[in-house]
Amino acid sequence: MIRLEKRPQPSRAWSIATPLVAVLATMIAGGLLFAILGKDPVEAIRTIFWEPLFGEFAFYYRPQLLIKGAPLVLIAIGLSLGFRAGIWNIGAEGQYIMGALFGAGMGLAFYPLEAWYIFPLMVIAGAFGGWLWAMIPALLKVRFGTNEILVSLMLVYVAEQFLASMSLGLLKNPEGFGFPGSRNLQQYESAHNADLIAGSGMHWGVVAALIAVIFAYVLLNRHMLGYQIRLTGEAPRAARFAGVRPARLILFCLGASGMLAGLAGMFEVSGPSGQVSIDFNVGYGFTAIIVAFLGRLHPVGILLAGGLMALTYIGGDIAQSNMGLPSAAIQVFQGMLLFFLLAFDLLTNFRLRLGKPEVA
Amino acid sequence: MDLSAINPVLLIASLMVAATPLLLAAVGELVVEKAGVLNLGVEGMMIVGAIAGFATAVESGSPLLGFVVAAIAGAALSTLFAILTQFAQANQVASGLSLTLFGLGLSALMGQSYVGIKPPQMQDIHFPLLSDLPVVGPILFTHDIILYFGIALTAAIWAVLKYSRVGLILRAVGENHDAAHALGYKVLRIRVLAILFGGACAGMGGAYISLIRVPQWTEGMTAGIGWIALALVVFASWKPWRVLLGAYLFGGVTVVQLNLQAAGVAIPVEYLAMSPYLITIVVLVILSADKSSAPAALGRNFHASR
Repeated sequence: MIRLEKRPQPSRAWSIATPLVAVLATMIAGGLLFAILGKDPVEAIRTIFWEPLFGEFAFYYRPQLLIKGAPLVLIAIGLSLGFRAGIWNIGAEGQYIMGALFGAGMGLAFYPLEAWYIFPLMVIAGAFGGWLWAMIPALLKVRFGTNEILVSLMLVYVAEQFLASMSLGLLKNPEGFGFPGSRNLQQYESAHNADLIAGSGMHWGVVAALIAVIFAYVLLNRHMLGYQIRLTGEAPRAARFAGVRPARLILFCLGASGMLAGLAGMFEVSGPSGQVSIDFNVGYGFTAIIVAFLGRLHPVGILLAGGLMALTYIGGDIAQSNMGLPSAAIQVFQGMLLFFLLAFDLLTNFRLRLGKPEVA
Repeated sequence: MDLSAINPVLLIASLMVAATPLLLAAVGELVVEKAGVLNLGVEGMMIVGAIAGFATAVESGSPLLGFVVAAIAGAALSTLFAILTQFAQANQVASGLSLTLFGLGLSALMGQSYVGIKPPQMQDIHFPLLSDLPVVGPILFTHDIILYFGIALTAAIWAVLKYSRVGLILRAVGENHDAAHALGYKVLRIRVLAILFGGACAGMGGAYISLIRVPQWTEGMTAGIGWIALALVVFASWKPWRVLLGAYLFGGVTVVQLNLQAAGVAIPVEYLAMSPYLITIVVLVILSADKSSAPAALGRNFHASR
């Protein structure tokens, strides 16, 4: 009979090892899944994890890694602040959409003027859009005690409808022959979030993601607010006695995560995606939840986890075109990762003991 | 715009159909939350139930068998949640989210070859005399058996929670798991059973969408109904009959906005489609002032060594 014994303190070693064990377990379970689907499991895993980095066409895929990883890291950093304090913003997908709409809207309002200040204004508008959308659940929680999980999630569906309405209406390309979708921002130089070094995939979103990582690290380790966030998550009662004001924390955590998600959306719409369209959002806001947990809610961890998750996206695309692996299989694969991570987290907080429990 | 095209009798009848998936999922979640567990994976269990039920019904030709398999599939997925939260002591919010993310992917994978197929139709029950009554007949007495099952299930859950020993134990576990444990009740076992029950209900609710309400399979077709079901439990202050009321209210909103879309009202379609979600938020705001009826141990994990 196996029983659990609570560790007096979470194990540091397991805390670092858990994500690695989870990734290995996911590879095994994922391999089984691929085998059931009739694909060679070893080949599939190799295609997903090796091909984008060191394969024949790696020169094409490596920049993609930055393009896919940047929004994931940017959003996940924001989410991790709230998750640490027990504030659950799971509507990042909606904030991402609103950031993109505000950013693109700002840029398109200036069309066809070419000026240096357009792109910075778009960045501000994008951040504002995401922040605004996150302020709805934040203010409702502070003022009425409404559950932020449900409200932020409902707003994702609202934002999706809003996106559809915008790409069919207000932001539709007047020269687009009636097709839905806005003008392509890639062809509008002042609004284009171009690669800083051509062909490297290094656009402003990547820079923003790196800044966010450093900012979050400093905040959590060197700043009073970061201390309060950690304290609230680990000991809510103690935090209250220590004079932490919950309302301020809620507004900050949701606001910051909304802002970062909005930025991610804005950098995406003005760069890699190029235009506002009905199916602009691809679920980064939800995958970022996995990234945040996989990175142990730690800024550096999230950076690594974002890279890994981007790898599964790109590798998944390659496996789809080379091996006919369905795209949904990758979604299952990513979901499994979170499962295993949560399950193996047991080892961080508990010790497994063999033998019969004593009667207390 | 032609509002006269909307037939009030048909409107109310389709309202009941639209409300049933919500009702099934929400009463299931109510039982789970009464046992002190917050399972945010309702959306994932519903969508897996939707495709499992759909596939079974198409392959076997029996919609009823589809519902049975959907319930099993929902319960099977909820087992993962039970293992994570009850045995691995994982955070319930994170585990529920992972269930939803995983379920959405899994359903898309399972449903690839079922896009665009029509499922076998579920026969409506014909009550002698009653079904032929004017107005009341078409509204109340010409539905499929699952719709009536949903209402009966609500009544049964209400009675069990209020009057039976099982209900009392379930509530005790949800209110104070340490006290329940001290009294010798198997807290984990009771919670796992509640989670499985909730999973089965959510699975059936999902199958109701793909087999009766729509009836068709498309990826992500539950479109947030699982989340609305979660909101509904809060809205109902954890009371079964209020869940029924809430489900009909939201069913009504959905049906009315669909009818308005069809009637060509001047409001753009996208804004009408937002309305169920916006109304959920408004209702949550109005009702979240009172948290007194929430189970006291909701969302807290139990480990016997403490």
